[in-house]
Amino acid sequence: MASSMLSLASASASASPSLSLHDNLKGRVKLGSVNFISCLPDKTSSSAKAKPSGRISMTVGVNVSRFEGIAMAPPDPILGVSEAFRADTNEKKLNLGVGAYRTEELQPYVLKVVKKAENLMLERGENKEYLPIEGLAAFNKATAELLLGADNPVMKEGRIATVQGLSGTGSLRLASALIERYFPGAKVLISSPTWGNHKNIFNDARVPWSEYRYYDPKTVGLDFEGMVADVKAAPEGSFILLHGCAHNPTGIDPTPEQWEKIADVIQEKNHIPFFDVAYQGFASGSLDQDAASVRLFAARGMEILVAQSYSKNLGLYAERIGAINVVCSSADAAARVKSQLKRLARPMYSNPPVHGARIVANVVGDPALFGEWKAEMELMAGRIKNVRQKLYDSLMAKDKSGKDWSFILKQIGMFSFTGLNKAQSENMTNKWHVYMTKDGRISLAGLSLAKCEYLADAIIDSYHNVS
Amino acid sequence: MSIVRRFEHVSPAPKDPITGVTEAFLADPSPNKINLGVGAYRDDEGRPVVLQCVRDAEAKIAGSEFLESVSAAVNSKMVEESCKLIYGKDSDAVMEGRFAGIQALSGTGACRLFAEFQRRFYPNSHMYFPAPTWSNHHNIWRDAQVSARNFCYYDPQSKDLNFEGLINDIKNAPEGSFFLLHPCAHNPTGVDPTEEEWREISYYLKVKNHFPFFDVAYQGFASGVMDKDARAIHIFLQDGHLVACAQSFAKNMGLYGHRVGCLSFICDDSKQAVAIKSQLQQIARAMYGSPPVHGVLLVSTILGDQAIKALWTEEIKIMADRIQGMRATLRESLEKLGSPLNWEHITSQVGMFCYSGLKAEQIDRLVREFHVYMTSDGRISMAGVTTGNVNYLANAIHEVTNSGYEESQILGESGF
Repeated sequence: MASSMLSLASASASASPSLSLHDNLKGRVKLGSVNFISCLPDKTSSSAKAKPSGRISMTVGVNVSRFEGIAMAPPDPILGVSEAFRADTNEKKLNLGVGAYRTEELQPYVLKVVKKAENLMLERGENKEYLPIEGLAAFNKATAELLLGADNPVMKEGRIATVQGLSGTGSLRLASALIERYFPGAKVLISSPTWGNHKNIFNDARVPWSEYRYYDPKTVGLDFEGMVADVKAAPEGSFILLHGCAHNPTGIDPTPEQWEKIADVIQEKNHIPFFDVAYQGFASGSLDQDAASVRLFAARGMEILVAQSYSKNLGLYAERIGAINVVCSSADAAARVKSQLKRLARPMYSNPPVHGARIVANVVGDPALFGEWKAEMELMAGRIKNVRQKLYDSLMAKDKSGKDWSFILKQIGMFSFTGLNKAQSENMTNKWHVYMTKDGRISLAGLSLAKCEYLADAIIDSYHNVS
Repeated sequence: MSIVRRFEHVSPAPKDPITGVTEAFLADPSPNKINLGVGAYRDDEGRPVVLQCVRDAEAKIAGSEFLESVSAAVNSKMVEESCKLIYGKDSDAVMEGRFAGIQALSGTGACRLFAEFQRRFYPNSHMYFPAPTWSNHHNIWRDAQVSARNFCYYDPQSKDLNFEGLINDIKNAPEGSFFLLHPCAHNPTGVDPTEEEWREISYYLKVKNHFPFFDVAYQGFASGVMDKDARAIHIFLQDGHLVACAQSFAKNMGLYGHRVGCLSFICDDSKQAVAIKSQLQQIARAMYGSPPVHGVLLVSTILGDQAIKALWTEEIKIMADRIQGMRATLRESLEKLGSPLNWEHITSQVGMFCYSGLKAEQIDRLVREFHVYMTSDGRISMAGVTTGNVNYLANAIHEVTNSGYEESQILGESGF
């Protein structure tokens, strides 16, 4: 009957006159009996429209499932840590894998200003119309000013293109798409190590990347010479991905002098600085201080890409609010770049979500709320600094080997690279029920003062007794 | 050190054909201006609407503390409810758990995820779009680097479906091609296949083992009844197709700015569904991480709460009815003005849009002389028409079409 199948597939208007009811074609059907097809032309219409008059009864050959080649994607490594933690019944367990702020009671924290802003928004009963492709104007203005300072010449000269993005991830992706389209073949250099999702973003955006040396396990500090050498060696016009503050995952930031030198090298090699600013205000507690690195580069008149996120500093993780900023040499260039960022955003999601943008705009736009926000950020950053101090004190008190644990104090932000290797990190989990990532990273946001001594014991044991 | 200028080669992007209309409209100071561009519902006073069911849902979730991410439970709940809505709660696939879905950034985001999935797993396949289709479809698949083609759909002569052309294109496409279908309220034409035509389309797609992908942006806006508007998809499921759907809650829940939708696949079995979902999550993670929680919670609440969902069903009907009413009124007004042209298509087309058939010069006059804004293909968003502006609109359309009529007859043009 195979030939009938083919002729059915290309049947036109002439056919047998009889009709039959349509049999349901359920799923996999074997090649088998063929009835007939009728596709009589509609006598009443002379146009292109040939109305179907017959119902078809036909069995169709089965193919292998079209989804055959689709394998399970590898599990997200960080998610796996949280899942394992949840499954652990030991009462001493500690989750230091989480990249989200916790209170001293180890509870998630909604900022008071966010609650206030949301109440205001609820009362006003605002509509839910589409934002423009570039996002909420009030948010875009606020976010650029937060980054550079309202008085910054870049702002005054209109030399910045700002487009609201879906948190840091979405903003990085827009930037990557811009790089792929307008700087084809250009590479992005990322620190070794860096946030796990960076390479996924560049891979999916088809932007080539390579690593520059960053973390030095010997000193549990910055391999500054390695970094400078690798940035120097990169092909001219590369994009250098820098963490504005509170490097993720190491917590190790360059000093101001080192930032100057990094800027020198980047200018020398005609590279483009590309900042990921996920922790502004959250690292030191001061918005301005945490933006110092970006402002340093801007002050040199450089063209810069900056992705921002409000996930941590406003606790808006789930609302996906951030921005991509491109500091350009002229207002004209900024306008053109902004138009192209919009053109990249439209086929990704058309326009960004409104809720998070309104929250930020309301908080920053109201002097009282803005003041409260700064205070809450100082509290969050302060808690982490206190926890670092207590952990350091506990380690120094308990560890008699003379090892220098001061890197805990030198590092900044949510994360700390402990210097523990994979086996040692596993010991932390298996023996001590301390959950962390295998690269030795702990999240201090998940640590309370009360647990510092326990953690110190675990770290000392893992470091000295496991190799 | 001299300033390095890196962006000199970046040219200004052309305005988006749809959002550009809104931009122009906003800049127009005329008090008579009418925006018939973007497909966003307006009430009879021309105001944006927040549905009562949405307000109820918002009140219900206010004060809930949703933090780092949407919990897995809320995730699954929203996807399940979305799938029930489109596939039918009694569909075998849904009851057997043979579906994979994730929330997406409204319809655009769902389409983009699908396009990325298509490129990743079917790199040599083509996506076939109806001619015409929503303009952003082309952008989405192009940016995802998937080859796109068109299939016959709209016949401008008859202002109806070119069914024979459509079927031929299905037959001629290489086996295993992908076809994007609008299950109801086709955008921009408003021309939908009949149920019988859908059955034939389904049949021929199955013969060629094509992958049917439905862009569901207007469920509820065609007939006013959710199940009825999903009929095409139910037919495909009965025929054993493994379809995928991009659902948007922008219009039917009025959640435009929240960017909430769902991408779902019907699978052979639940194991496959788990694998597909994991791949979709991975694509999403590198694009934007996770979807914004506020919209997800609203949809989940509306679909999951019986009373709120019932209210939603009523409110959709009201919106769809108002649009249908405006269609009738606009057509009547034009006929009363003595327009010599045939305006039947205003009432026979379905959903939010009317493919007016207006020509470029006429549209241009409408903007310049009458401050009436629509997209350059002549698509009118009926949602922007009100009892307050319908007469003005009819007059304007009559003006720009009446004056050229006799001339075009003389020149032997085949009508507009």
